[in-house]
Amino acid sequence: MAFVSSGYNPDKPMEDRITDIGNHHYGEFLPPVIKNNFGKWQWHEILEPGVLMHKSETGDEVYTVRVGGMRLMSVEFAREICEIADKHCDGYVRFTTRNNIEFMVDSKDKVEPLKQDLMSRKMEGGSYKFPIGGTGAGLTNIIHTQGWIHCHTPATDASGTVKVVMDELFDEFQQMKLPAQLRISMACCLNMCGAVHCSDIAILGYHRKPPMVDDEWLDNLCEIPLAIAACPTAAIKPKKKEIVSERTGEKKDVKSVEINVDKCMYCGNCYTMCPSLPLTNAEGDGIVIMAGGKVSNRISAPKFSKVVVAFIPNETPRWPTLAKTIRQIVEAYEKNAHKYERLGEWAERIGWEKFFEVTGLEFSHHLIDDFRDPAYYTWRQTTNFKFTEGMNDYAAIKAE
Amino acid sequence: MAFKHETPLLDQLESGPWPSFVSDLKRQATHRKENPDNVEYQIDTDCVEDILGVVELSYKEREVHWKHGGIVGVFGYGGGVIGRYCDQPEKFPGVAHFHTMRVNQPNGKYYTTEYLRKICDLWDFRGSGMMNMHGSTGDIIFLGTRTEQLEEIFYEMTHKLDQDLGGSGSNLRTPSCCLGESRCEWSCYNTQELCYQLTHEYQDELHRPAFPYKFKFKFDGCPNGCVASIARADMSFIGTWRDNIRIDQEAVKAYIGGEFPPNGGAHAGRDWGPFDIQKEVIDRCPTQCMWMEGDQLKINDKECNRCMHCINVMPRALRPGEDKGLSILVGAKAPILDGAQMSSMLVPFMKVEEPYDDIKEVIENIWDWWMEEGKNRERLGELIKRQGFQKLLDMTGLKALAQHVQEPRHNPYIFWKEEEVPGGFSQDITDFRKRHQR
Repeated sequence: MAFVSSGYNPDKPMEDRITDIGNHHYGEFLPPVIKNNFGKWQWHEILEPGVLMHKSETGDEVYTVRVGGMRLMSVEFAREICEIADKHCDGYVRFTTRNNIEFMVDSKDKVEPLKQDLMSRKMEGGSYKFPIGGTGAGLTNIIHTQGWIHCHTPATDASGTVKVVMDELFDEFQQMKLPAQLRISMACCLNMCGAVHCSDIAILGYHRKPPMVDDEWLDNLCEIPLAIAACPTAAIKPKKKEIVSERTGEKKDVKSVEINVDKCMYCGNCYTMCPSLPLTNAEGDGIVIMAGGKVSNRISAPKFSKVVVAFIPNETPRWPTLAKTIRQIVEAYEKNAHKYERLGEWAERIGWEKFFEVTGLEFSHHLIDDFRDPAYYTWRQTTNFKFTEGMNDYAAIKAE
Repeated sequence: MAFKHETPLLDQLESGPWPSFVSDLKRQATHRKENPDNVEYQIDTDCVEDILGVVELSYKEREVHWKHGGIVGVFGYGGGVIGRYCDQPEKFPGVAHFHTMRVNQPNGKYYTTEYLRKICDLWDFRGSGMMNMHGSTGDIIFLGTRTEQLEEIFYEMTHKLDQDLGGSGSNLRTPSCCLGESRCEWSCYNTQELCYQLTHEYQDELHRPAFPYKFKFKFDGCPNGCVASIARADMSFIGTWRDNIRIDQEAVKAYIGGEFPPNGGAHAGRDWGPFDIQKEVIDRCPTQCMWMEGDQLKINDKECNRCMHCINVMPRALRPGEDKGLSILVGAKAPILDGAQMSSMLVPFMKVEEPYDDIKEVIENIWDWWMEEGKNRERLGELIKRQGFQKLLDMTGLKALAQHVQEPRHNPYIFWKEEEVPGGFSQDITDFRKRHQR
């Protein structure tokens, strides 16, 4: 492993330096049929799950075969994508916002050989490399974050939870039998670098223990006022402490902080500002499931997802409870929602009390909002409710 | 192939139909070991084996093993590189230093294989060979290289690939868009071009953090919102139109007659019965602005709020109007800190015309305000909440419109401007006492 210079001279960093050039113009990368019909598309049709046809005013057609992709991808895998694109698509390919891969061809007769090629390719471990699907009233790919592969704040893994949920719901990816499209999203902590808060179903990594305080190091590694200011609930205050030094074994006074555990909601924002406040913990960490959000303006306004399962432990490596619970929600939705109704629209039509009855999910105190003013707007300010089991008289609702 | 570390837990993620990232990691680890192209790998050859090892450890212990950040980067930029170190470097030396680089993706995410291969070759040579296609914000993400490779990668990228880094930290994050007019009949403007032009206009803001916190632009071609700009962009640019939905009455008849599948065939996997235009389109219209007159579909476009449902259901019969543009909504963010926010309407309609001066005016007015008043790590949406929507209007020089709100305020606690009240706010108590005894 000998160092190979790129031409960069560390003694003269400004020599021949090129900066601020941005990205390539997309026009360089468009297949001819796309370039020739840019802005001229007239209508489209999903010919079968995973295969779209777009028709142009010019009469041209483009056929797109969509396959589920892994967001985490090796260059060897990407080279295989290139090989397929060279063989079938004149050297062009695109990726979607939801980490799918789209292979496009300019005539219908090129679709079948492409499809066969894609479905014939399997990983060494046996899974598909390029499963076709993810269109229309079905489940498309799960967008997700880094998780244990590369991030410092996750409360769960991302690639693994996505893999097991997509395995569980693979039939929904390959078919279009749901009432409307189903968007599942995954974020491995509250930072939500993948914005999952407006998804039909969101898988969210969540911590449940307040941060530990690394007293001896904190003042060296962090700006204490910034750590204090980072807390949304004002649970952190400065504290002078006498500690026994881990390094010298001697007593010493340090400037540190104290966490009011009653106020902490384990968001980890302080840890983002201060590495001496870690909070990951095997028992504490796990998953929250949220449901009923959407970003489309179709029929009803975009909606936030709501917390429907307060906690699922990290059952590595295959998270069986997570997979089963999501299957349970999807089955209830598939069976009960009207055509065109998104999961959240269905829940609102039948009422959330019915949502819990129909899905069989348990409602607990964790699901009643208590965060600031918006919480009030989620409580029920009407006499209109539906009766469900175990709540139809006073004796029944007394806590045990 | 036998690797450095046993991975009994991760191995269980190789089964099942969905593409296995574990199989792919093993493939890359094998490739590096065999090195068929005799690449002079610039970071540890077995780094992917160490990724498998460290992730296996996380699966076993159910805790993460990456350390908190670390300040690394390329000269003159404050973003684009995220420091990453393993907290078990002795066990996994190949990933002890394992930084992330963000590479600004082409808008719409189309690639030629020629370019994609160059990206692969560079990253194979100077990094781990593992990447994200793509990260949440839209960039190509390079996962894992050492500090001494950062300038080398940047030099090769700018000199040989004509390619720049993306954003990270408190700067403009890499803008992203839907595929727009390139392959969608509903896009109301060229999302890719606007995204490209603004990316290039604001390179300084993208590379050199000068903001209170992150700032995101996202460009959706229509109200269907395929890049979710309304949920996750500080400024959401969403295509819309202000004239009438174009109707092809012959195609309407074809839908009614069952010749064309509804919703572009999206529901073909299940027998929903014959298409019923009354039930599926007219009754589902949120503004009730559609009806049939004989076999003609009528729309009262003045009542339409352009939700896209009817167009989605009958793409061959209905199309957005021809007087197109975009709406600008502002302030979306995920829950950290003060709870999630969606973007709120600021500019109901604007034409999209090069050189986009109107759009830039809104952007720069907002930045001027946010950079002056925003607190450290305060997103635009939180500043709007803290100082009020009226302040946003003042700072952008816009009139208040009923379109800005879902409904008027629930309380009369109005902050009047002093100049709005005759005589201003100062009153004379002596004068008052002449009229009112103590």
